[in-house]
Amino acid sequence: MSLAATTPHFKDNVHEALTDARLQRALPHARNFIATRAAAAARLPEFEALRDSARAIKDHTLAHLDLYLETYERKVTQSGGHVHWARDTGEALAVILDLCKARGAKSVAKGKSMVSEEIGLNAALEGAGIAAVETDLGEYIIQLRGEAPSHIIAPAIHVTRDDVEADFRRFHRELPADRDLTQPEQLLAEARAILRDKFLSADIGLTGANFLIAETGTSIIVTNEGNGDLAQTLPKVHVVLASLDKLVPTLNDAAQLLRVLARSATGQDLSVYTTLSTGPRRPGDPDGPEEYHVVLLDNGRSAMLGGQFADMLRCIRCGACMNHCPVYHAVGGHAYGWVYPGPMGAVLTPSLIGVEQGGQLPNASTFCGRCEAVCPMRIPLPNLMRHWREREFERHLTPAVVRGGIGFWAFFAKRPGLYRFATDLAMRALHLIGRSRGRFAWLPFAGGWTRYRDLAAPQGATFQARWRAKSGAVR
Amino acid sequence: MSARDDILALVRASLHVSGAEAPRRAAVASRLAEAPVGVVPQRGQGTRSQILATFKAEAERVRATVAEVASAADAPAEIARFLRENNLPATLRHGSDPRLASLPWSATALEISHGPSDGDDVNAVSAAFAAIAETGTLALVSGSDNPTTLNFLPENHFVLVFAEDVVGDMESVVARLKATYGQGAMPRAVNFVTGPSRSADIEQTILLGAHGPRRLHIVVVGQP
Repeated sequence: MSLAATTPHFKDNVHEALTDARLQRALPHARNFIATRAAAAARLPEFEALRDSARAIKDHTLAHLDLYLETYERKVTQSGGHVHWARDTGEALAVILDLCKARGAKSVAKGKSMVSEEIGLNAALEGAGIAAVETDLGEYIIQLRGEAPSHIIAPAIHVTRDDVEADFRRFHRELPADRDLTQPEQLLAEARAILRDKFLSADIGLTGANFLIAETGTSIIVTNEGNGDLAQTLPKVHVVLASLDKLVPTLNDAAQLLRVLARSATGQDLSVYTTLSTGPRRPGDPDGPEEYHVVLLDNGRSAMLGGQFADMLRCIRCGACMNHCPVYHAVGGHAYGWVYPGPMGAVLTPSLIGVEQGGQLPNASTFCGRCEAVCPMRIPLPNLMRHWREREFERHLTPAVVRGGIGFWAFFAKRPGLYRFATDLAMRALHLIGRSRGRFAWLPFAGGWTRYRDLAAPQGATFQARWRAKSGAVR
Repeated sequence: MSARDDILALVRASLHVSGAEAPRRAAVASRLAEAPVGVVPQRGQGTRSQILATFKAEAERVRATVAEVASAADAPAEIARFLRENNLPATLRHGSDPRLASLPWSATALEISHGPSDGDDVNAVSAAFAAIAETGTLALVSGSDNPTTLNFLPENHFVLVFAEDVVGDMESVVARLKATYGQGAMPRAVNFVTGPSRSADIEQTILLGAHGPRRLHIVVVGQP
């Protein structure tokens, strides 16, 4: 079973997030990404052309995915590696646990992998008595805290420096209690030293993949810390866990995608480490893993191909959509209740865990369109969220009050004469009532709005009426 | 049905294809054979001296340091100088790359060791397969010549880059890899390194030296 979703309780999660003072102190950091991405894009005149190129590469790959998967498997095998196909979470976990058990593995050093969150790998490993060691600093911090990532590239963005210091003091008991940890550099140095030993003693290194290359059977990861790179260099066995949609035809294609990935994510031109792994250690190699395995996970992706949500499979997990999302900025990632937050999560979650479970997320959007504007793969995220809202409505999952409200509005909307008459009357009435104060602090049927902010009093005429008057004047 | 066959069947059902269509197979075969180059930014292009200047500027932008020496024989003295000026131990580890092994290390006071790192080394030097001007990136290739562990475990990493190996873009490195290892073949690891290791996981503040080197010092050998 994959990570349990609290997504059906999205509204409760949101209330909790909005009133969590500690979280609200941490969240503004997510907005830093807006300026860094904009600066990186502005520094590269070809950025928009690269976005088009990146989209075309993924569309081509997805349209020929069966053939690229076959080619990729053949190339991995040729280079001495093994491909394990997994239809779902259960099969992926079984493959990984079998690999671990057959080698008597006691610990797995992990590079950052959202797919491993998707399948709940850490819990499964721990359940089998195998230590799962997160090595990305952010992932390590939240693993200590027993939390899930709240962002796909900055997993501990909801945590403050003070929290990290408290956690390190709580868990690193072997170190002197009076040590100075006031500077972020000291926290980093402590994590580096502790994780270095865990890297060196791990039996298996497990990483995700940003791209899988059909041309050469290569897996590519990008990191800034060098953690995923150590995880796939030091242990005797390297396991790559990746979903089908990571396929890319050639290294040249990957070079295009890499140019938009880091810029969209952190605003770097390229992440510090872009590591290409092809098979196990070669004769004469003094280091590197002796075995190389790829676990290729479907988990619902194949069903998305060719359908209404196929565009979502272009996603390269840069996080730009959540970095620019006003809803994400307000509630953070945990409120979304499953692995993938923000706009990409709002589209992907119902696809992967079902609209009954994840159907509330597509409603968590103002449709401001910033996510689509910054998506390097030009995924029409608001449109895809709208498709989910329609499905939710069709399947009668929308609450009765909302359905009633929409039905009420539809009755008028289908009768333009009546609509104009009724809105005209309402605007005049509200204008007269609200004239003195200019705003309403409370209105019947609008409590959801006025509870948090005032409603400006209408000026007396409807938009349609004023538009008619204006057009008449122009003509 | 095996998971493999089942997944391929599901993919084909969703795409409404059988997998046997000749035009689709031809499209994939030609894409793999030709590996078309997409949009390549102007930034990394230009004359040899422009490419070298861009490489240096971009590498420094990502907080690497760059020194230029006239010949490889000058590299040991440059590395010794860097270690001395930064108050770092006079030790250095490298692999069996003849471009490094042949250098006059004995003319310096450096204590040299060989082979892969066990995690206790402070300093290491590698020779780059190539470098990319566009992003100030080094391309390091695995093998006994330059152990991959040297790229990540030491605190300070020195990399020798020969001026003629500095190219404009990643696509040019891919072409060199194909020329060296053959079409569709790769060394076990290719590490593209762009600046020293860093993390911004604590309140989005960038700190150098997360798991990899804190310092990356690039020594460019030869005149443009």
